[in-house]
Amino acid sequence: MPYRYLDEIATADVAFEATGKSLEEVFASAAEATLNVMIDEPERIEKKERVSVKLENRDRDMLLYDFLNELVYLKDAKKLLVRVESMDIKEGADGLSLEAELSGEELDPAKHPLGADVKAVTLHMFSLEKDENGWRAVAVLDI
Amino acid sequence: MPKPSALRRVSETIWELPRSYKDGMLVPARIYATEKLVEEMDEGVFNQVTNVACLPGIVKYACCMPDGHWGYGFPIGGVAAMDTGKGVISPGGIGFDINCGMRLAVTDLTLGEVKPRIKELVDALFYRIPSGVGSTGLLRLDRHEFREALEEGSRWCLRKGYAWPEDIELTEERGCFEGADSSKVSEKAIERGFDQVGTLGSGNHYCEIQVARPENVFDEETARAFGFTLPDQVAIMFHCGSRGFGHQVATDYLQSFLKVMEPKYGIKVLDRELASAPFSSREGQDYWKAMKCAANMAFVNRQVILHRIREVFSAVFGRPPEDLGIRMVYDVTHNTAKVERHTVNGKETELLVHRKGATRAFPPGMKGLPEKYMQTGQPVIIGGSMETGSYLLAGLGTGKEAFYTTAHGSGRTMSRHHAKRMYRGSKLQHEMEARGIYVRSVTWGGLAEEAGAAYKKVDEVVEATESAGLSKRVLRLIPIGNIKG
Repeated sequence: MPYRYLDEIATADVAFEATGKSLEEVFASAAEATLNVMIDEPERIEKKERVSVKLENRDRDMLLYDFLNELVYLKDAKKLLVRVESMDIKEGADGLSLEAELSGEELDPAKHPLGADVKAVTLHMFSLEKDENGWRAVAVLDI
Repeated sequence: MPKPSALRRVSETIWELPRSYKDGMLVPARIYATEKLVEEMDEGVFNQVTNVACLPGIVKYACCMPDGHWGYGFPIGGVAAMDTGKGVISPGGIGFDINCGMRLAVTDLTLGEVKPRIKELVDALFYRIPSGVGSTGLLRLDRHEFREALEEGSRWCLRKGYAWPEDIELTEERGCFEGADSSKVSEKAIERGFDQVGTLGSGNHYCEIQVARPENVFDEETARAFGFTLPDQVAIMFHCGSRGFGHQVATDYLQSFLKVMEPKYGIKVLDRELASAPFSSREGQDYWKAMKCAANMAFVNRQVILHRIREVFSAVFGRPPEDLGIRMVYDVTHNTAKVERHTVNGKETELLVHRKGATRAFPPGMKGLPEKYMQTGQPVIIGGSMETGSYLLAGLGTGKEAFYTTAHGSGRTMSRHHAKRMYRGSKLQHEMEARGIYVRSVTWGGLAEEAGAAYKKVDEVVEATESAGLSKRVLRLIPIGNIKG
């Protein structure tokens, strides 16, 4: 799940670029980039709880926006840190639908080295594009 | 990056980009800064402040304060006043952390009394004011009580015994944005915030114990009026906002505005983060009422934190907080929109003033100031980095052109990841302790991100605000203890 942080954008916040061969993969990369802002070593998150997410949107990029917002919501409302277990995105005439199975555990500062709280996903420079190498997303997170 | 060639110097500390700089600009953009600060500003500032200048209904100028830097939508330090009849309201001009703000309280204690207890105080504050990712407060509210707090603001705290009557008087808007309507906020927003009252958050949020040394008092008379009467007097300053609740309110309405902005109202913006709706529209008014709930949540949050500070000092010194003289100086908001009356083309006009990472700084005699500060002007609290110190200033009549607004902090110059590569949190903690600042943080990385060198020099920012006539220095405060989210 490749991603990298973009130092040169939005000084006080955190910008990242996530990539993937498929839409599902770039969504999972972007989720991981968001998670890794909040805690170090996201791979140590155990699969103790499961959450199913269903989302619909007319636009691809806004579907990603909704998906990342769901992760931020779960962190505050349920204290849950989750990673993508499986995901299926369907594109139809009316737009897109996403079904994802997420798994993870409750945030425990003793176990997860804390990073910075993600307040929100901003739409500044937010993009999701496809080129010959696959999908690329850019987002700026408000810290 | 070099400043744009179209940037014209209006005065020593005022710079202007004309309407011709970008298609669609309705007003010029004004940047308040010294030459050095302008040279150091990132390209995002010039691009973003001129995008703001294109928003429907903007009057006079789109402004950026001396601590301005690349934000999202608006630059941090951005100010835009809209005609309430023809103009828009933009969640991106307020920020996700609605009413993120600063509060300053003085004590009757001096450095000599506090220094020997500093570790005890900081450790207790660190425990009693939870911070960091996803932290929850010690105060347990049910959702019904939370909704009451959203509509009542600091008055709710007074009713529940978490405030003194004078705290309310000394909070901007008297601690309540009137007209808040909790039916305009989503259940998601409630779920994200109802257990976060009394928490600091993370990022650049902090609570600091500070000292006013006699050599750092620039205006003794005003300092006295603000409550600083002793040599080496100890004060407490903190910075936090509306937590997950406010963040969700902003997210909800950003999405809702995007859906109606162009199809229903024909508004086009240069950055989706500037999504707007006419202030007078149903959508605009719904956000306005929800934004007020978030602003009130932030007042409640800071009031409960002050209550915790009083409890901690009282426990450590074994004396009641009244006896320790833990009194509010003032509470200022950073990320808000407010309806205010300003003079435009010689005529008093009602405007919706967006301030994003900027502080309102009313001059002496201005309606809306507490009686106590009618002669002095509004206290302005500018937080520096945790290593360098902060300022207390006062509003000035010459701030009129900037809608009586001034800077809010030092402004970052280094990205968070860059700072983490440059500094190690544990080493920084030891170095700061050796310099007389005892700091606690939930995360070493978070501490490194807030290193003093990641910020502009607060002295330069403050000098620029004074030179531009936005606010004048009263005193400088030096940190001795800090908890960081």
